[in-house]
Amino acid sequence: MNILTLFVIIPTLTVLGILMTKDNKGARVVSAIGMSIQLILGAVLVFWYLGQRNAGVTDTFLLYESHTWFESLNIHYAIGVDGIAVAMIALTCIIIFTGIFASWEVEFLSREFFISLIILATGVFGFFISLDLFTMFLFYEVAVIPMYLLIGIWGSGPKEYSAMKLTLMLMGGSALILVGLLVLYFFSDPIGTNYTFNIIEIAKVQIPIEVQRIFFPMLFVGFGVLGALFPFHTWSPDGHASAPTAVSMLHAGVLMKLGGYGAFRVAVYLMPEAAHEQAWFFLILTTASVVYGAFGAIVQKDLKYINAYSSVSHCGLVLFAVLMMNETAFNGAILQMISHGIMTALFFALIGMIYGRTHTRNVYEMGGLMKIIPVLSVSYVIAGLASLGLPGFSGFVAEMTIFVGAFQNPGTFTTVCTIIAVSSIVITAVYVLRVVGILLLGPIKEHQYHGFGDAKWFERLSTGVLILAIAGVGIAPLWLSNMITDSLQPLVEKISGIL
Amino acid sequence: MTFQDFLIMRHEIVLVAIAMIVLIAEIFVSEKNRKSIIPIAITLFFINVLFGFCPAHTGQLFGGMYKTGDLQILMKNVLNIGVLIIFIQAVKWLKEPDNMDKVSEYFILIISTVIGMNFMISAGDFLMFYIGLELATIPIAALAAYERYKNRSAEAGIKLILSAALSSGVLLYGISMIYGMTGSIYFDEVGAVFTASSSLHVLGLIFFFAGMAFKISLVPFHLWTADVYEGAPVSITMFLSVISKGAAVFVLFIILTTVFKAVMPMWQDLVVVISILTMTIGNLFAIRQQNLKRFLAFSSIAQAGFILLGILDGTSLGMTSVIYFVLIYIFSNLAAFGVVTIVAQMSGKENINDYNGMYHTNPKLSLTMMLAFFSLAGIPPVAGFFGKFFLFTAAAHQGYYMLVLIAVLNATISLYYYLIVVKAMFINKNETPIAYFKSDFSTKLGLLICVIGIFVIGFASPVYEYINQICLTLP
Repeated sequence: MNILTLFVIIPTLTVLGILMTKDNKGARVVSAIGMSIQLILGAVLVFWYLGQRNAGVTDTFLLYESHTWFESLNIHYAIGVDGIAVAMIALTCIIIFTGIFASWEVEFLSREFFISLIILATGVFGFFISLDLFTMFLFYEVAVIPMYLLIGIWGSGPKEYSAMKLTLMLMGGSALILVGLLVLYFFSDPIGTNYTFNIIEIAKVQIPIEVQRIFFPMLFVGFGVLGALFPFHTWSPDGHASAPTAVSMLHAGVLMKLGGYGAFRVAVYLMPEAAHEQAWFFLILTTASVVYGAFGAIVQKDLKYINAYSSVSHCGLVLFAVLMMNETAFNGAILQMISHGIMTALFFALIGMIYGRTHTRNVYEMGGLMKIIPVLSVSYVIAGLASLGLPGFSGFVAEMTIFVGAFQNPGTFTTVCTIIAVSSIVITAVYVLRVVGILLLGPIKEHQYHGFGDAKWFERLSTGVLILAIAGVGIAPLWLSNMITDSLQPLVEKISGIL
Repeated sequence: MTFQDFLIMRHEIVLVAIAMIVLIAEIFVSEKNRKSIIPIAITLFFINVLFGFCPAHTGQLFGGMYKTGDLQILMKNVLNIGVLIIFIQAVKWLKEPDNMDKVSEYFILIISTVIGMNFMISAGDFLMFYIGLELATIPIAALAAYERYKNRSAEAGIKLILSAALSSGVLLYGISMIYGMTGSIYFDEVGAVFTASSSLHVLGLIFFFAGMAFKISLVPFHLWTADVYEGAPVSITMFLSVISKGAAVFVLFIILTTVFKAVMPMWQDLVVVISILTMTIGNLFAIRQQNLKRFLAFSSIAQAGFILLGILDGTSLGMTSVIYFVLIYIFSNLAAFGVVTIVAQMSGKENINDYNGMYHTNPKLSLTMMLAFFSLAGIPPVAGFFGKFFLFTAAAHQGYYMLVLIAVLNATISLYYYLIVVKAMFINKNETPIAYFKSDFSTKLGLLICVIGIFVIGFASPVYEYINQICLTLP
């Protein structure tokens, strides 16, 4: 059996395993075991992939496999990975693994919680391995729906409102995607006898530019909704703020990347001409995302809202880079997805842990945490520094690459957009340092805080793994970026004809 | 006519035989043992369902009045499966003391309705079609008034029969115009000469379509639906929302693509408009409902709007998607209705608010309901996703991308109100949730079949391919 299929099978088995368990303890142990296997599998995949590339294998997609599913419609279960997908799968492995440990203390209906969480992860894994648009879309929706229950049942604050808003906006986005996919399907064969959903096949076909002009925006906005494209980002702050810790981690860390990945792999890759033509319009929107998100984060008091707006800003940067349409920028986009995924997961994990102790997320009600819970606080500082792009951490590598790529584009318009977007780095520094200053340093605000224990073993494990990943990407980005660069070649070749 | 020829009508003959057996059995069963009619009838019907899949003769009878082919047989089989599930889920309700004295009537009336539908599907001319249609409608009105001691039920019966009579009138008016212009009632002959050249032709088509729209409860002919669904016993509501609708959709598809093939662009316009109206209005009204039966009534109106998308594509792709969707819709909707039925029987509650916190007391029923709703909303991995996706594919095949967009956005609206019920069951707090109860065997069996169907039909591409294989024979 193909190792990629295992990425869907193991979570499914884990879900079945949780169904067998009787109590909370069993459920979380089974999930932890399942996701540990998944993490190991992810590592194996990464090293195997690198080995293959070093050995000189030049296929675009490795482990490619295609099984007929609905024969008369030519729908296949087609899977395969390139460097980008491998990187995203590895990211997902890390985040779901740490997410399980971050939600170690969920007591209320914990079996249901872990089941929903892992179903969500199954959808994400399936999405990244799929090369058939039908299966891809199927997994995409599988990933969106458990969110409703996860936020609605285990969330906090106005959770029902947030859950409904999030679900409906994402489903609205997927409505646009669905139409786009059907268009791709019916234009995948000019003769009209053998339509296909296979990305590789569709990429070989020239889709008429008139069609692209109408449906590229649909696809891009459809995926953009999930990638928090301004003005469709409003679900994100509410959703993230209401969601339980692990769900915020997964959602900001991985699910929002589905949007970026989809915009990249489906919208831009399959309809590059229209993407090039209309890039200016979407650049305005993404630049707005980047700056608006950063400014939004400045004025928020709730830790989760701060981080949610910061995610809007960072994910906006991903879409921004994708629209720059050159190799360096693409590279940066993927790096940013990975970097932001790990970093934001760490943020949300820490916020959850701090909230579990102080029972408030209001920045101004806390202070001097560094003296009480040093391990968590130092981790928070690390996440913050990565977020503002300090060299040595992953954020720097990603943002640097994006902006270098963006400045490579000639033309005043893109340069102006880039300059505006670059300014977000400064704003990011403002809100990150502000929070660090108020929250961690200064005098201890509440006396009862003294009783808190520092991070427990599962919390240390969760944050430790994430910090390791941040540092790993920051210090040795080369292998990651090499892995990505190879895989960008087909797209770069495809668009080189247009530019 | 030889005996062999007669066997072409096998599906109908078997049903008539079952109805007769049930009728006769009632004479021999004593007052106390009336219950035993239920297993007899269900077993016989089960045999009928299996028998339906055996290889059959195809051909035509009565000079082309009655035609049957693989496609017709498939449609009948799909409906049979649905009726069987309804029978199984109705057992508990039939065993109530008030209903014990008319158990056999229930089976006989439902079976005669099914006979009517079968004739309707197999019709080769407008006369046979009309007879079938009436036979499929009138017993249902009697059934809607089954609990005649309840005002609501009686009211539902009257409303149904009046609106059915009106729609039949409209339909007949359309048919008479078509006959007047073409001089024939045979589908083949009408189809050969039917054109869009004369306005009377067009008027005939519109009246015919309006008559059918009543049966499928398409907007703006849907007004009877919610009241009848709410008033009629749940078992009959199930039948109306799934089987009656499915049969009418099948027939509409057949007639539009055979008789009115020449004016396809014209009826496509009509279908597009009606489809948008039906989806949107059905969805918007569903949002406001509190009573779950009314809620499901409006949701089933909206679903009919989606089915029209498949009809738009007059080819085998559209036919396949319609039959496939109806099959999935049978399982999903019957699962939802099944839960509503059992909850209403055990606790007497059928409002959405009453379901608050039900997951904590009755987790299995809540999960079933959630799956059914996800399937109706078209969420993967359950079957509804596949059904909807292929309907959209069929519409996109004809280039109706904007219509597909409207439809998918409507699916999102529908997700909203389905999630309201999910929210009630899983998230909302309630001091006095519906108490835990044990369902009886037949309800469990009925729901289990539905849940398996919801899970399996989507993933199992052989089901789709089987339907597609048969639909490819479509002219």
